[in-house]
Amino acid sequence: MRNYDKLIFEISKPGRVAYKLPELDIEEKQIEDMIPKEFLSDKELNLPEVSEVDVIRHYTNISNKNYGVDTGFYPLGSCTMKYNPKINEDMAGLDGFVNLHPYQPQSCVQGSLELMYELQNYLCEISGMDQITLQPAAGAHGELTGVMLIKAYHESRNDKKRNKIIVPDSAHGTNPATAAMAGYDIIEIKSTKEGLVDLEQLREAVGEDTAGLMLTNPNTLGIFDRGIKEIAKIVHDAGGLLYYDGANANAILGYARPGDMGFDVVHFNLHKTFSTPHGGGGPGSGPVGVKKDLVPFLPVPIVKKDNGQFYLDYDYPQSIGKMKDFYGHFGMLVRAYAYILSMGSDGLKKASQMAVLNSNYLKEHLKEDYYLPIETIYKHEFVLGGLKDPLSDVITLDIAKRLLDYGYHPPTVYFPLIINEALMIEPTETESKETLDEFIEAMKKIAKEAKENPELLKTAPHNTVVRRPNEVKAARDIIVKYEG
Amino acid sequence: MYPYIPHTDKDVEEMLKKLGLNDIEQLFDDIPKDVKLNRELNIPKAKSELEVRNRLIELANKNCSLSKVTSFLGAGAYEHYIPSVVNHIISRSEFYTAYTPYQPEISQGTLQYIFEFQTLISELTGMDVANASLYDGGTAVVEAALMACAYSKRENIIISKTVKPDARKILKTYAHAQSLNVIEVGIDDGITDLNELSNLVDENTAAVIVQSPNFFGIIEDLEKVSEITHKVKKTTVVASVDPISLGILKRPGDLGVDVAVGEGQSLGIPLSFGGPYLGFMAAKKEYIRKMPGRIVGQTEDLDGKRSFVLTLTAREQHIRREKATSNICSNQGLNSLAATVYIVTLGKKGIKEVALKSTQMAHYAFDELTKSGKLKSLFNKPFFIEFALKADKTTEEINQKLLENGIIGGFDLSKEYPQYENSSLYAVTEVKRKDDVDKLKSVLEGIL
Repeated sequence: MRNYDKLIFEISKPGRVAYKLPELDIEEKQIEDMIPKEFLSDKELNLPEVSEVDVIRHYTNISNKNYGVDTGFYPLGSCTMKYNPKINEDMAGLDGFVNLHPYQPQSCVQGSLELMYELQNYLCEISGMDQITLQPAAGAHGELTGVMLIKAYHESRNDKKRNKIIVPDSAHGTNPATAAMAGYDIIEIKSTKEGLVDLEQLREAVGEDTAGLMLTNPNTLGIFDRGIKEIAKIVHDAGGLLYYDGANANAILGYARPGDMGFDVVHFNLHKTFSTPHGGGGPGSGPVGVKKDLVPFLPVPIVKKDNGQFYLDYDYPQSIGKMKDFYGHFGMLVRAYAYILSMGSDGLKKASQMAVLNSNYLKEHLKEDYYLPIETIYKHEFVLGGLKDPLSDVITLDIAKRLLDYGYHPPTVYFPLIINEALMIEPTETESKETLDEFIEAMKKIAKEAKENPELLKTAPHNTVVRRPNEVKAARDIIVKYEG
Repeated sequence: MYPYIPHTDKDVEEMLKKLGLNDIEQLFDDIPKDVKLNRELNIPKAKSELEVRNRLIELANKNCSLSKVTSFLGAGAYEHYIPSVVNHIISRSEFYTAYTPYQPEISQGTLQYIFEFQTLISELTGMDVANASLYDGGTAVVEAALMACAYSKRENIIISKTVKPDARKILKTYAHAQSLNVIEVGIDDGITDLNELSNLVDENTAAVIVQSPNFFGIIEDLEKVSEITHKVKKTTVVASVDPISLGILKRPGDLGVDVAVGEGQSLGIPLSFGGPYLGFMAAKKEYIRKMPGRIVGQTEDLDGKRSFVLTLTAREQHIRREKATSNICSNQGLNSLAATVYIVTLGKKGIKEVALKSTQMAHYAFDELTKSGKLKSLFNKPFFIEFALKADKTTEEINQKLLENGIIGGFDLSKEYPQYENSSLYAVTEVKRKDDVDKLKSVLEGIL
């Protein structure tokens, strides 16, 4: 394949077009007769002029510089890079879903509302919660919605001294960022050596100022926190609420439900657990579920059913308000709904089984050459701490970059922060034993190379279109748009 | 067997053996009994692809698609023609099955289109820097408000009542959580009351937020708003703009606006019952370190080759945790690609042509619908592609009759602005023809 390195602006040529619009069939007016001259631009926009073939070749060529789940194994921990079924895409593209305005009369959108209603119910059952809102746009947005619900709950009880959210040090960065955005101070508590919530620390941290605790379970290390009931009790006894970050839900479908563990608020990432595409960064979707005490505060509207008719219910006088425009990322909801139908109760459980099996199988092999800080049963993911050989000066970054040469997307690196040289590996259930075996072989070769020829790793990658782009330079000599 | 799970029984057996186990259930022994679900989930069993397809088609067919009726709805979501190339490009799985470009060596495709997107949005808005997207137009307004508060270390946000109602509602939700103050400015003949605005702006003002064209389709005087706002130093002017309008209207960056945000749905993204859409944010360069979300920068690799990376990440949640500028992580990635391909496909001439043709159609519709005098213009101000008309009957009654004739009428303004009873907001874009407008006119005349 030729090495294509142009920006769209560099193939522009005056006079080219890539579109054709119909001619107007009305009598045209002078623009100044419609809009006063003072508002009209007198400059030509500096936008590209290209043909349709140019557009297609350009973006096809740059797409070839990308790596996706359809390209190969993508064990990016915490991101659940499972296969995105093609039927989902086709269904989200149906005319009756795509060409639908959000403000059409509700009698015209019954199919969409029915889908949303059923999805709300499915997610309630999967999470063990009482009501779901489909409005949040992504995981972090779901977190923010959830923490605002916790705040509204305390405020409704006139309990205004609760100004702190507790977050374990293993948490995803969005947790503390979310709590801050919701106007809370953050108390970070350290994890135990096993990566679990330290109950003593938690007991010390909670009090009259505790609004809530944000937690994932299984946690960021991929370990199911057996102390969850006790954790919930400690927080609840102090008057706080429990927030479940659904980033790791793929490990426990049909096995355990946040609602049964004692959580009051939950979000799911439909783009992780329910197979909607990650889209190079989004759009995601982050539905939030709550226990009945929090239902009155949900953002409006919620889809309801009455007499066989579906409708958008805005009648929540204590609602926190709106979190985003319209009703959520409907296109993603269609995909997740199709996925849940395809998998069924049996398939979802099977997905968690195989996700956990894949993770433990990889862990068991990789710990021979890489440092496994905690020996236990893992759930859907596990975290290694660099090479087992303590004398090696090959760091996790080098391992990740060398994996690129072997044709893999590397695991999440340097997260969670509580493990040095972390390599966070989440294989997901959609990967076969053969794929895992090949990955193990590559990882073993890399460990061997680290001993025999560390320079090879230090200078990796060698086969990619670019090699270790200079991030320091990017942040220093800021170029964030093309200037010709 | 399940099509997305490749494990054979033999695979499972061999893998368990490596773990020294003989039953898959042993992998879940770590979940305490009292939290384990000891029953099947109460959702239907797995279905075949054909059954799933049939069910989804059944649901889709219960909706009345705009390909079967004629709609004059806008109010923040618009019908513009989407060239076929857009869907073909965003359907390339190299793009849509990737995630955030953490590994630049194998993400140059994503990083490059974001760089192009930032360039295109900066050019459209006349700004120095754009980010790689926010959830939607409404949350983009809110992120801009929060950024202005962080930038000025002040807590008062002034927003015009002509800004779309959803954006104002979301702003109130977020502002409440952070104990920020939202002050709304009234409406004067369909635009922001500039006298009231001038009285409100003071040294506690972090931001003044307006929308142009505003919720009623009317073009606001951004230059005057900027002039009023900038009488106080470090106060940020935020304008929410329709990117298509920038094909003919002056750009916010040329009118003294500091931060331009907006809904990018008009740029090649289908209506899709309200989402996912595309929030964008562009700003003057002094805001760059306070901006939320991803930003892509150009750099060089080990061999001196031009390459692209995520940059200024010290603003972001995965680095700064509770001190981040926003909690945003996943954004609208693929929709920013759709917008990029749309803008590039329409290009220099096309964006202008879409804006002009939409304006022509909308003004034709306005002239025709107001001819008989049964419908009157609610405001007397210049509009872009949307206008408010007042009748003697309620919008609900009118729209019901229109629907019986295969027409979806305008947005009922009285729902969000009780003072504008019997008033509808009609949107007309380049996808409408003379016949569509003439039919609307003749049916309306029969009703009124």
